[in-house]
Amino acid sequence: MTSPLEQKIRISGPSIVTANRTFDGAVIYRNASQGWSTDLSEAAIVRTVAEARALLAESVADDIGAVGAYIAPVEINDGGKIKPGNLRELIRLRGVTIELPVLA
Amino acid sequence: MPLVKNGKIATDIFVHIPDGAELPGDGAILVSAARFLEDPEALLRRPGKLGVIWPNNRDVDDLVPWLDRLAAVALVFPTFRDGRAYSQARLLRERHGYDGELRATGQVLRDQFVFMLRAGFDTLEAKKESDVEAFAVTAKRYSVFYQPTGDGRLTALNRRLAQRHSESAASE
Amino acid sequence: MYAYDELDRTLLNERVEEFRDQVKRRLSGELTEDEFKMLRLQNGVYLQLHAYMFRVAIPYGTLSSQQLRRLAHVARRYDRGYGHFTTRQNIQFNWIKLAELPDALAALAEVGIHSMQTSGNNTRNVTSDQWAGVAPGEIEDPRIWSELLRQYTTLHPEFSFLPRKFKFAITASAHDRAAIKVHDIGLRLHKNAQGETGFEVLVGGGLGRTPFIAKTIKPFVHGRDLLSYVEAILRVYNQYGRRDNIYKARIKILVHELGIEKFAAEVEEEWRAMGDSALTLDDAVIEEVRSRFSYPIYEKLPHMPEELKKAAHDAVFERWRRNSVFTHKVQGYAIVTVSLKPVGGPPGDATADQMDAIAELADKYSFGEIRVGHEQNLALPHVAKRDLPALFKALEKIGLATPNVNLISDIIACPGLDYCSLANARSIPIAQELTRRFANPETAELIGRLHINISGCINACGHHHVGHIGILGVEKNGEEFYQITIGGRADENAELGVLIGPAVPFGEVADVIEDIVEAYLALRGRPDELFVDAVKRLGVEPFRERVYATR
Repeated sequence: MTSPLEQKIRISGPSIVTANRTFDGAVIYRNASQGWSTDLSEAAIVRTVAEARALLAESVADDIGAVGAYIAPVEINDGGKIKPGNLRELIRLRGVTIELPVLA
Repeated sequence: MPLVKNGKIATDIFVHIPDGAELPGDGAILVSAARFLEDPEALLRRPGKLGVIWPNNRDVDDLVPWLDRLAAVALVFPTFRDGRAYSQARLLRERHGYDGELRATGQVLRDQFVFMLRAGFDTLEAKKESDVEAFAVTAKRYSVFYQPTGDGRLTALNRRLAQRHSESAASE
Repeated sequence: MYAYDELDRTLLNERVEEFRDQVKRRLSGELTEDEFKMLRLQNGVYLQLHAYMFRVAIPYGTLSSQQLRRLAHVARRYDRGYGHFTTRQNIQFNWIKLAELPDALAALAEVGIHSMQTSGNNTRNVTSDQWAGVAPGEIEDPRIWSELLRQYTTLHPEFSFLPRKFKFAITASAHDRAAIKVHDIGLRLHKNAQGETGFEVLVGGGLGRTPFIAKTIKPFVHGRDLLSYVEAILRVYNQYGRRDNIYKARIKILVHELGIEKFAAEVEEEWRAMGDSALTLDDAVIEEVRSRFSYPIYEKLPHMPEELKKAAHDAVFERWRRNSVFTHKVQGYAIVTVSLKPVGGPPGDATADQMDAIAELADKYSFGEIRVGHEQNLALPHVAKRDLPALFKALEKIGLATPNVNLISDIIACPGLDYCSLANARSIPIAQELTRRFANPETAELIGRLHINISGCINACGHHHVGHIGILGVEKNGEEFYQITIGGRADENAELGVLIGPAVPFGEVADVIEDIVEAYLALRGRPDELFVDAVKRLGVEPFRERVYATR
């Protein structure tokens, strides 16, 4: 099993590191202060392979707090707002694309 | 390396001699299968206990001719996910009647202890000191076993039948 | 229904305590994720896109009403109020918190439910026919043997770290509702000339990246040798299955690479070397397990009760009865399939409220027993025919009386990219749209039996390879595309579907299916020639032409 740090890292634009929170599985984003946030707007942006590798390394090192960290693409609109860069990340951010039953 | 032998934390009397290194005059040694098979008789003539480290991708049948003269067989878990050594252990104990030391080496974690004991290992080279310390508690974790192995524990099916017999005997 | 005894319950509780300790060590950092991952998988805990997913075992698809209520409780207390029934007769919860899992497991253990080995490289749920024990013409109840196998494979010290996952299925009917031919080991129960029970043993079936139909390794293994023979197969696989490449690690690859004759010879040699095995089942042991299965005490009921005669004028009831009610081996009773495929709904899901309601209906009308089918519907296996009108009314009230069982809108779908981190594309919205396109029950009846299977990726959890119509989600340039196959089947005539052409985008899938159906309606030899038979007769060409003429 290849460690995420040994896997080939490809950056095709602004990217972030995302993972799931260990105790409850919630989607989290690596921020710029060596921590995690559930808010995508607080995600640290990397733009080069070297930056990505460094951010990923520090993320993976937090084995207690986060599970399965990886690099994901984002888009940054004209207003500077960070948006998910593909359908998978959109689903992770906004939840399933279908209606869930109302919790009784 | 932290070691559990026969249910207790123990000091390892065996020294692992890498291929190419000179063998000590006596004392308990563990050598690789390749080295052993080059000249098994010579190694067996040597004073001191001899153990062989058998790779997990090789048939234990090849070791059978010398089993009754070996003090130890060490089997390998290259990762804890690789379960081939469990089959090797059972075959050595149950099919070939091996009753020397059977040692688990490699990535040996607390969460596999019970499986290993059931498969016939009596010596565990654990990866973590803390796991060795937790051995006693871990080994007692399960009291019900569904399937028979050579470890002599009664299976659930057998216990139920025994209970049935004693119940019907009591009611007679 | 199998009744757990103290030994079974003790094992469950010991397992729950072990996992509680493992979770504690993970959250404290004593266990790394790398070390913990295998342990959580062995308890059915996956990490998915948004959250952990928790897969609970429903052995051979049989549940008591008490157990179903407890699943509803877990859905409410620990999840978001619903669960998903899977193609292996299990149930999945999608939003569980790791920290709360030990408590959820303890709650389930109290009623004899567990999640052992629902994931990981070990032996998984032994699935069976959801009509086991009640199907007319069944040779004997296969669940006795499923339970023997379940116990034998649970926490087996030798086979808990196999090269890859290992799945069993058993059938005891001529018509195979358990899809045994696409399992690692498939077992067909039958009797020899002396009237003794045994099994045709098939190996090496499976879907995914490299689908294979299972091959017969031994035409008759006596019942008493079932476990020892299975042990021989597992031992050969454990030692020689590939461990260098996860895509080549299933037993189907080993069987394919060795050839079935050589593989059979290896197993035979191992089995002979086992000699007088402690695993040989004597009659006492088999009877012991059989004795803990309880069966209803059926009343002597008429074939056509008054209640049913009176309800015959109700067209809506009649449509449901024609579609969802099946012949029971005991006169006066029926097997009722409860469709979990409402129009516009995600296939195979049930809310906690619905689960509670079904549990109550099971108590009232089905001797407290529910079944889970691999087609992601439920069944009430012991309904007195006189109760059918009342049952129908009650099911209608909770949205579980859609008369689409085995029809085109009875779709089997994996969770897909909405939930699953392995997926390339979404499957649920495709299923939802298709149920809307084919919502008209008359149209669905006109089309007849047609199984659509949807998988969001090549791992094929939706069994698309063996769908009459199979839909496979792929990714092309960041967009969701779907490959369509036709002509697959999962039963005793199992066959893999054939690709009809290039993948089509998300927005066009429903149109393509409509085109395929139109072609079938135009070309079928008789109104009762099934879609899958028409494909067999005509081949793929006419359908390919119709679909791709304007694309």
